Amino acid sequence: MREIRKHSYSYHRKQRTINIVIQIVLLILGLMWILPLLWIILTSFRAEPGSYTSYFWPKSFTLDNYSKLILVDQQFKFTKWFINTFIVAVVSCIGSTFIVLAVSYALSRLRFKMRKPMMNIALILGMFPGFMSMVAIYYILKGLGLTENPLVCLTLVYICGSGLTYYIAKGFFDTIPKSLDESAYLDGATRSQVFFRITIPLSKPIIVYTVLTTFMAPWVDYIFPSMICGANYDSYTVALGMFKMLEREFIGTYYTQFAAAAVLVSIPIGALFIVMQKYYVGGVTGGAVKG
Amino acid sequence: MTSLDFYALPWYKKILVKIAEFFVAIGKGVANFVIGAPGAVWRFIKMIGRGLRWLGSTFVHGDALTKLSYIIMGAGNLFRGQIIKGLIFLSAEVAYIGFMIDSGLGFIAGLRNLGTVQRGWYFDETLGIDVMRENGDNSMLILLYGIFALFVTLAFIFMWVHNIKSAYSAQQIKKSGRKLPGFVDDLKSLLDGQFHKTLLFIPVSGIVVFTIVPLVYMISLAFTNYDKDHQVPANLFTWIEFDNFKTILGSNSTIGNTFWPVLGWTLVWAFLATFLNYFLGIILAMLINKKGIKFKSFYRTLFVLAIAVPQFVSLLVMKNVFAEAGPVNVLLQELGWISSPLPFFTDPMWARMTIIAVNLWIGIPYTMLIVSGILMNIPDDLYEAARIDGASPFVMFRKITMPYVLFVTTPYLITQLVGNINNFNVIYFLTGGTPATLDYYQAGKTDLLVTWLYKLTVNSRDYSYAATIGILVFIICSLLSLITFRRSASYKNEEAFQ
Repeated sequence: MREIRKHSYSYHRKQRTINIVIQIVLLILGLMWILPLLWIILTSFRAEPGSYTSYFWPKSFTLDNYSKLILVDQQFKFTKWFINTFIVAVVSCIGSTFIVLAVSYALSRLRFKMRKPMMNIALILGMFPGFMSMVAIYYILKGLGLTENPLVCLTLVYICGSGLTYYIAKGFFDTIPKSLDESAYLDGATRSQVFFRITIPLSKPIIVYTVLTTFMAPWVDYIFPSMICGANYDSYTVALGMFKMLEREFIGTYYTQFAAAAVLVSIPIGALFIVMQKYYVGGVTGGAVKG
Repeated sequence: MTSLDFYALPWYKKILVKIAEFFVAIGKGVANFVIGAPGAVWRFIKMIGRGLRWLGSTFVHGDALTKLSYIIMGAGNLFRGQIIKGLIFLSAEVAYIGFMIDSGLGFIAGLRNLGTVQRGWYFDETLGIDVMRENGDNSMLILLYGIFALFVTLAFIFMWVHNIKSAYSAQQIKKSGRKLPGFVDDLKSLLDGQFHKTLLFIPVSGIVVFTIVPLVYMISLAFTNYDKDHQVPANLFTWIEFDNFKTILGSNSTIGNTFWPVLGWTLVWAFLATFLNYFLGIILAMLINKKGIKFKSFYRTLFVLAIAVPQFVSLLVMKNVFAEAGPVNVLLQELGWISSPLPFFTDPMWARMTIIAVNLWIGIPYTMLIVSGILMNIPDDLYEAARIDGASPFVMFRKITMPYVLFVTTPYLITQLVGNINNFNVIYFLTGGTPATLDYYQAGKTDLLVTWLYKLTVNSRDYSYAATIGILVFIICSLLSLITFRRSASYKNEEAFQ
């Protein structure tokens, strides 16, 4: 008996040491992950200009970087970019959500001849590097006479491209029991009524997820705006503009303002991401758990 | 080898066997792909054959009005009382014929050699002097318009077949004595039996216009010589069949000598980035979720915060953190550990390792986030039983945690792998492909195939090579994933839980 107690005592002690070691490791890792963020926040309040300093903690703090960035009309118009991106994000988020829901519902619950071929085609289209066709998209937009207005182009392309991102939403619809639909059909409901009155009210999580992801996409997309927007700073999105701020001729003057811009963009987008993450986890693993 | 033999092997041989199995599986996948492709083509031909047979038999069984619909679209509906439907078909035909006569035939004919008249000086025989020709052919527009006309024709054929179907069904409904559905009934069916058409019409047309047509255009470019020496509108380009593939896959040119090393680095990067992130993320999740660890949610929030920041922001910040005069170098120099800055982005080997390390910073929290949820789902009694049997933590990890996590996250892993092959952001924002090298054509030492593709399009305008690389990337990705993906349970049993 004593033997066992002794054994379990040493076992617990061993566990305690292990836990303390892990705790320290986690603390160090956490620091590694948070330090770059801390550094950019500190930089955004730094009064001394320039991109690099030979010290971590700024010598003096200021709010000038923010006020200049937002209020002063300079070469880079952050406020304008922010509004641009916001408009594109809102419009494309509304359009994309409708499209994603329509596609994923049709592919999940309705049965028609082209269903499987369509899903295979979507799979195949997703395998091409997205950037590959952007040049051609640009010429098509030019043919439609839209390139004068880059923001319209961006919105249109984001909305039209969203049809291919149905996968997670379809996985969600797949899990809603089919018996619900069937009993409604027996009561004489049409397919559209089932969609609007039964499925949509049950789909709040996936609607939230879709709205958030499609809203966030324009904020973080760099490559397509860089193709469409050209040299006109007025029609930039934040991602494009902030990349511009770090180019060699600007970085010295604008680095602290870039940091301020980074903070300003990260706060709303980061907050949305934190709201979205639990849906994200469910979406990524949901499809497989049921398999 | 039987499974008993396998279990008798020492652990390192087990790993070797697993690796060998992995490559055999890839080989099998390639073989299936090669064997399967002609099969798919054959099925497609058979499908077209069936369609043609159906058209023939419908023509034989159809009455005069149905037969008339083969030439005058909508006739079968129009004269049986479905006036609006018939008129829609008829106007589609009129519009199509008008378009074809007006310009469509010219567009399609232009596809043959993509323009013949070049802009520039030419010798005019009647005048006897060199003359400047201002308006040459624009091969790029000719190709684009030609593809557009082809798609219009496809849409018309679709409409035409639909018209015959509709005429034939109207004939049969009339014959059986039932009432023909009117236009209002047809509209109503779009909300019920045909609801998928309503739902899919806008998305599908969007995808056709902004994804499929551009893709077909770019794929066709891979078979032309639209490179920096054949820029429109000053020059023409034309079809050169498979020459681009021969140039890129061969080793007789700088481009060929660029492709293979870049492909090698792309694959190394994709595997390292995916699997390191995956395993380290799992370990992190296990550390956080271990019993007896305090502040679990605090740590989780800490790591999630790091990925909540938009990726381009954190990548641009990281670029500066590791720059030559960036904080890391400054700190190490101040501490006196190094005398000159570390070449994080300037030495090829260092740059590659830095990229993978930064990618760990970005990727590990994602895996942690996903795996945390899964870990909580693993029944505790499994571990309890294992502990009673005397299993070590490592054995429990290998026999319980890993299989469970792997089962749930395989699709995620595959998407990650393909995503990393096409990972534009990390490379472009961190190094932009640098350090540059003269051995490569338009690429730096850290360029992936996609960023090389970007540079070929944006910097040197070698569209034909860019398109060829795009096709090769497609082939690689589909080999890696399509096979695995289509075998996965969630693809086969999508209705299992409905």
